[in-house]
Amino acid sequence: MKKIIISLALVVLACQSQAQDKYFTKTGKIYFDATTPASPEKIEGTNKSVTCVIDSKTGNLQFSVLMKGFEFERALMEEHFNENYVESSKYPKTEFRGQVTDNSTVNYHADGVYPVKVKGKMNLHGVSKDVETSGKITIKGGKIIASAAFAIVLADYNVSIPTLVSDKVSKNASITVECVMEPLK
Amino acid sequence: MKKLHLAATCLFIFLFSSQQSLAQDDLLSLVAKDKPKKERIKYAFKSPRVINGHSMEFLNPRTMDFRILHRFGPLDQGYKNFFGFDQANMRMGLDFGIFHNLMVGIGRSNYKKEVDGYIKFAPVRQSTGPGSFPVTIALVSGMTLNTSPWEDPAKQNFYTSRLAYYFQTIIGRKFSESFTFQLSPTLVHLNIVPLQTQSNDIYALGAGARMKVSKRVAITVDYFHNFNGLEEGVTFDPISVGFDIETGGHVFQLHFSNATGMNERAFIMETTNDWAKKQMRFGFNLSRVFQLGKKKEKKKAEPKGNIITIINK
Repeated sequence: MKKIIISLALVVLACQSQAQDKYFTKTGKIYFDATTPASPEKIEGTNKSVTCVIDSKTGNLQFSVLMKGFEFERALMEEHFNENYVESSKYPKTEFRGQVTDNSTVNYHADGVYPVKVKGKMNLHGVSKDVETSGKITIKGGKIIASAAFAIVLADYNVSIPTLVSDKVSKNASITVECVMEPLK
Repeated sequence: MKKLHLAATCLFIFLFSSQQSLAQDDLLSLVAKDKPKKERIKYAFKSPRVINGHSMEFLNPRTMDFRILHRFGPLDQGYKNFFGFDQANMRMGLDFGIFHNLMVGIGRSNYKKEVDGYIKFAPVRQSTGPGSFPVTIALVSGMTLNTSPWEDPAKQNFYTSRLAYYFQTIIGRKFSESFTFQLSPTLVHLNIVPLQTQSNDIYALGAGARMKVSKRVAITVDYFHNFNGLEEGVTFDPISVGFDIETGGHVFQLHFSNATGMNERAFIMETTNDWAKKQMRFGFNLSRVFQLGKKKEKKKAEPKGNIITIINK
């Protein structure tokens, strides 16, 4: 009988700890820049509605980005981004599923800044590719702030740049991620 | 007792493992999905004009479209007129996007030295999601002013005789990423007509379509049927067929058309060439869009206390 009680208690505990392990946000920020020295204007966009979930126990980290959510200063650039480059009606979402590979070095219960490495698969424009980058996990007042900066080669994801503007749009997009996550209940 | 224990262990393993695997596979599914939002269908046409006629598309707010239109001479004259290139009519225009569903424009054509202006407004636009609407309905009201010298200065001329008006309703739908179709019933009112037998109110029905052939190239067709204003054998329905080519900041609309006029009054009323006699003309519309002001930031409630800025300090 004792064993059953212990088992049940363990189950309950397991469920509870699971729930507290995960953190999420729906208002994460992703910024990208594909400006070259020859660009007549800055080619940059910001998405402020990124969904991100992290499991502090396993280090699993997942992002979901609605491509139509990228905002640009110039309306025409936004149109070209959606229509011609990422084809956001055909491929509405970009997803990243990966892991903090050195998750054990992060103490999620103590405030601090922890440099980490993240590895996983990103699916953009219908193409899945491995992505590896170093980032930063900051713990502050029970919140997790995940930030990272990395670059992707647009051609890897079949995002083609017409020859006419090939010197004005960078072949690599630098991407900056910043997500402030709260406990998932 | 033992059986109970086993069952409990199994339950424990089952629960734990299922949660574990769920966590590994799809963390994103744990987050409640956002409610689907009403979303406006965008980019039905590459330009606010199909070729000659207005399209269901609008300029983005705070942008200006500088349009240069050329219509060359009829092709049937052959080499002696260099297939029409020896002769050109043009219209220069400025169009302004004010709201996503409101724009105005002004232009001047050398044909009849005509100045035209219009205002275009869409009470409803095609959208998806809750409360969606299947079509865009846009209303256009325009005016043309003939500034050429009076044909007969001897008679008493009135300023109002230089004016004509047009009113148009555009009902259009983007059926798929590549195909858009629209109908546009139009009324052209002329303050003065050359013959007493002619009506001052001309009714026409326009049809416009776009078929995308690649990300940056589309085929367009623009047609108007004039119900009561055509003169047998003299004026014809304007038919235009062309390509939209997008090159970064410019949109080129290259086309063949039998119409010379570049405003509603002129191409609906005064198209004197006939496709059947191979009298079509080559022409192009060049559109360059400028951003006039910054895009308005969508006001969203920022999460309380911006931690990032605190930390960065």
